[in-house]
Amino acid sequence: MGDAGGIALIRAREILPPLLIVVGLLAAWEAAAQWDLLADALNIQPFLIPAPSEIAQALWEDRDLLADNGWVTLQEVLAGFALSVVLGAGFAVVLHLSDSLRRAFYPLLVASQTVPIIVVAPILVVWFGFGIGPKLAIIALICFFPITVNTLDGLRSVDQDAIRMMRTLDAGRWQLFRRLEAPSALPYFFSGAKIAVAVAVIGAVFGEWAGSSEGLGHLMLNASAQLLTARLFAAVVILSVFAITLFGLLALLERRIAWWGPRAGNTST
Amino acid sequence: MRAIGEAPAAEPQVIQGADDKASGRDHAVPGAAIEVSGLGHSFGELEVVERLDLSVAAHEALALVGPSGCGKSTLLELIAGLRGPAQGSIRVDGGASEPERLAACAYLPQRDLLFPWLTAIDNASLALRNRGASRAQARAWAQPLFERFGLAGFEDARPRELSGGMRQRVAFLRTLLPGKPVLLLDEPFAALDAITRAEMQEWLADALGAEPRTVVLVTHDVEEALYLCDRVVVLSARPAVALAELSAPTPRALPRPEAVTDPTFVATRERALWAMREGSR
Repeated sequence: MGDAGGIALIRAREILPPLLIVVGLLAAWEAAAQWDLLADALNIQPFLIPAPSEIAQALWEDRDLLADNGWVTLQEVLAGFALSVVLGAGFAVVLHLSDSLRRAFYPLLVASQTVPIIVVAPILVVWFGFGIGPKLAIIALICFFPITVNTLDGLRSVDQDAIRMMRTLDAGRWQLFRRLEAPSALPYFFSGAKIAVAVAVIGAVFGEWAGSSEGLGHLMLNASAQLLTARLFAAVVILSVFAITLFGLLALLERRIAWWGPRAGNTST
Repeated sequence: MRAIGEAPAAEPQVIQGADDKASGRDHAVPGAAIEVSGLGHSFGELEVVERLDLSVAAHEALALVGPSGCGKSTLLELIAGLRGPAQGSIRVDGGASEPERLAACAYLPQRDLLFPWLTAIDNASLALRNRGASRAQARAWAQPLFERFGLAGFEDARPRELSGGMRQRVAFLRTLLPGKPVLLLDEPFAALDAITRAEMQEWLADALGAEPRTVVLVTHDVEEALYLCDRVVVLSARPAVALAELSAPTPRALPRPEAVTDPTFVATRERALWAMREGSR
């Protein structure tokens, strides 16, 4: 009982500070919005700045709308992220196995990150249509990169002594990869994947802005045009919840299956 | 002898040594002689080994002692076939090429290098898995060795749950299990505290008694060298040349406290230390 109480106390100490900060910020925002402080300071119409209570109200009243569009966006995020994982890890392995391919393609991969997505997105819509295609292409384009870079770093930083030892234990190229390099790189892969999953949500919104008839990005565009700021912010809240939840799930998965990593033991998310 | 059904799908002949040993049947692993002549090796400008001649008979245990950084580890990597020599030749079991040497030598590096993602027994049976044995087969072959070498009950422990001495035992079993005729041991106990090191030396003497192989042990501990090996070669500072050769005075069958306090042992140890001091001048 004493132990349980102690653990509960430690938990409370961990959770309390961030909780207090969030509650404090929301309260300040609420007060500023209710008394039109911000609107006066910015010299704009008060309805353009929704109070947290109004956003909460929009979350409730527009719940069907948000759920339908949120589901569309979530599907895009999940499919796009899955595609990024396959592409990102695949590139990393290929570039690791071949020095000449790495020298040839690594600069191209870096260059791909300088493509201004917002500008290119409409072209992708022209190429792939209004469906899920351009969204997946945009998410994959943004998300594969952190996965590839991190995984490749992991594969290349394998202990040289361990490689020599594996050779004396009769390991061929495949056994070396399967039993030493891949497990060593797994924690690095997760680092990349956690970055990727957070940006995947932004990628989906970009994709929907470029052209779509549904999804949270589409909803935000409409809400913005109609000056429904509370609904706009409600959509942002849903997107944040997606990002935080997916990040948390990945961190959990990392602790389950790549627990030997340097950070996996004390991930604090 | 060996039941046909036990043979793994891939390369059954190579695995034979491990199979016979693991199944507890009497089958001496053939020792293999090592011949090193006129060996030279350098990293760029830095000469690590120069005109070195060594020969180790089958089933003999040879220790190489010398100051830190004298190229002992490089010498082991050369013998193991992990590097090609710049000059001279190395023959292990008659084979001079690197793949032939790799096939004959098992190598225990300075750090235990146990993989944290594998259990103790999966670490120990890595070579069997690399040769295509299934996990169950590999574990079945490794199991008797865990019992024989004081690791029973720790099969499924993770490396981080084991003490330093235990980790080194698992690492040694990993070296032993491939059933190769030559064991190359690179300062296997350097990282252990004095008490654990003494215990591990006794343990290794027993293990080598039970599993006779051709052994090359690299160490900077003269006592360890004389206690564990038949013959000790004292190497100079870089580039390594052989300064002196001593044969170990006491049969390894003696318990360690008696062996290392034997007057002949002490005298030989002093001669070796003196040779090392002269060499490092």
